[in-house]
Amino acid sequence: MTHRGDRTLQAKGLARVEGEGSMYVRVSDGLVEEVRLDIYEPPRFFEAFLAGRSYTEPPDITARICGICPVAYQTSACQAIEDACGVTLDGALAELRRLMYCGEWIGSHALHIYLLHAPDFLGYPGAIELARDHRDIVERGLALRRAGNALMEQLGGRAVHPVNVRVGGFYQVPTASELAPVAGELRAALAGALDTVQWVAGFAFPEFSCDHELLSLQQPGSYPIERGTLVSTGGLAFAAADFEQHVTEEQVPHSTALHARLASHDRPYLTGPLARYTLNSGWLPPLAAEAARAAGLGPECRNPFRSIVVRAVETVCAIEEALAIIAAYQPPARPFTPVTARAGIGYGVSEAPRGVLYHRYELDDEGTVLSARIVPPTSQNQRAIEADLRSFVQARIELDDQQLTAQCEQAIRNYDPCISCATHFLQLAVDRG
Amino acid sequence: MTGPGAAESGRPGPKADGHPRVAVIGVGNEFRRDDGIGPAVVAWLRGRVPGTVDLLVSDGDPARLIEAWSGADLAVVVDAVRASPAVPGRLHRLILGEGNPAEPYPVSSHGLGLGEAVGLAQALGRLPGRLIVHAVEAADLSTGTGLSPAVAAAADALAAAVLADVSAGT
Repeated sequence: MTHRGDRTLQAKGLARVEGEGSMYVRVSDGLVEEVRLDIYEPPRFFEAFLAGRSYTEPPDITARICGICPVAYQTSACQAIEDACGVTLDGALAELRRLMYCGEWIGSHALHIYLLHAPDFLGYPGAIELARDHRDIVERGLALRRAGNALMEQLGGRAVHPVNVRVGGFYQVPTASELAPVAGELRAALAGALDTVQWVAGFAFPEFSCDHELLSLQQPGSYPIERGTLVSTGGLAFAAADFEQHVTEEQVPHSTALHARLASHDRPYLTGPLARYTLNSGWLPPLAAEAARAAGLGPECRNPFRSIVVRAVETVCAIEEALAIIAAYQPPARPFTPVTARAGIGYGVSEAPRGVLYHRYELDDEGTVLSARIVPPTSQNQRAIEADLRSFVQARIELDDQQLTAQCEQAIRNYDPCISCATHFLQLAVDRG
Repeated sequence: MTGPGAAESGRPGPKADGHPRVAVIGVGNEFRRDDGIGPAVVAWLRGRVPGTVDLLVSDGDPARLIEAWSGADLAVVVDAVRASPAVPGRLHRLILGEGNPAEPYPVSSHGLGLGEAVGLAQALGRLPGRLIVHAVEAADLSTGTGLSPAVAAAADALAAAVLADVSAGT
């Protein structure tokens, strides 16, 4: 029996490594009653794996959690351990940390914009079909990604799971002349990044606005990337050390993952590009700010579909930031600040390309990790994604299952969760009551 | 300060000395058990192949894969795959090349990975002269270190097969 008003969609994730997801939608009498998103979270395994390790190891180990954003994991880990040991990086070492993070933003955003998200707006099933018709455009995206990777390789030793990062800084730091070729590549990439903003700004965006609380780092005077304090559109303002007072995680029946919520609000909250932009658009560097204005972004952006424009603007921002850091670069006296182990708890937050990434480590007096806590952006965003999918599906309830699945995949891709690296990550089973 | 993966971002051209350019790319993550077979084979090859051979590890990101093999005369990719029905440890050797359409092969263990990279490289005219994929059917891609017994038992034969391809190509 086929009854359009009463159906269950069950979408199970295709097998893949970085993350796996499934989605369940229940419709009754034409009304969406329930949306459940279940995203597999590798960091949970790593929390247990880190216990008993030396305090020097989390940056290397956590870099393996995600091939797309290893620098985010390394940075939050380093900052948390340095915090536990009473060390704060400053001067050139702090700038190099931001510089390397810029490389990850450029590379990750370019990947998401060109290979994952743009095909959705242009009516292509994926990047391969886009490349067949628009070779130059896809090559522009690959060139951007290459520039980001070049920056990560220069500072990290390699782009995949960088090996040159250590607690307190780096094993080796570049000379100014070693950074010059990367600066050349970044200057060339800047034109491509500005063209990217103009390109994606011309896409057709569904009318959609989310009213979630938005949470991001803030670092007055600059756009938040590698550090800052946490602020929200609802007026929250707190340091990394207070993260777990404000953000609680709970087990939900349908998921093996934990879902995060704000202790002070029942409504979902969202981290990532929309939150960063809305809370910090006034701190964008000049070219990025002008590109945002020309793209029609106001001071805030609450349409998840337009996150592709924000990512493009943030790519310009990261290139500008990187060029400014390189221009002012004076190598530090030594490649790292010594960090002596001591008993304590440390907290670190940074803005991974897809949102706030929190680490906490408890160390004993010899520097052994007693416990680790990692809250990735995807687990923080799950409730907001579910809420948005609920109204999204409701408005498209007349679509057939195949079309609806494809559109849900696109909608989920707006948030750039780990699973979105799969072009087609949802499999659909329909139970028609 | 050049790391082991530095060649991943460059767009290398043919070797100036006239030798064919050969790249071996191990795709995978050693913290996802059998997914670590690609990097393990690359590690094993160090010291066993001429220094002119590029030995790279990749997470399967198509952009990096394309950069890694662009301009190569021969690229050998080693990856763990999921097959259905699976015979863990079973080896597949597939040869692809420019003008030689991609043949069906088991789904890569990476969502946006080898299959997309090959398709994208074809669309962009950026396949290597010859591309050989060694795929191993995985038993366990959960988080953790160490290979499953079935994949570990196949590792020697896999490494020897990769070495034979590299030797024939240099």
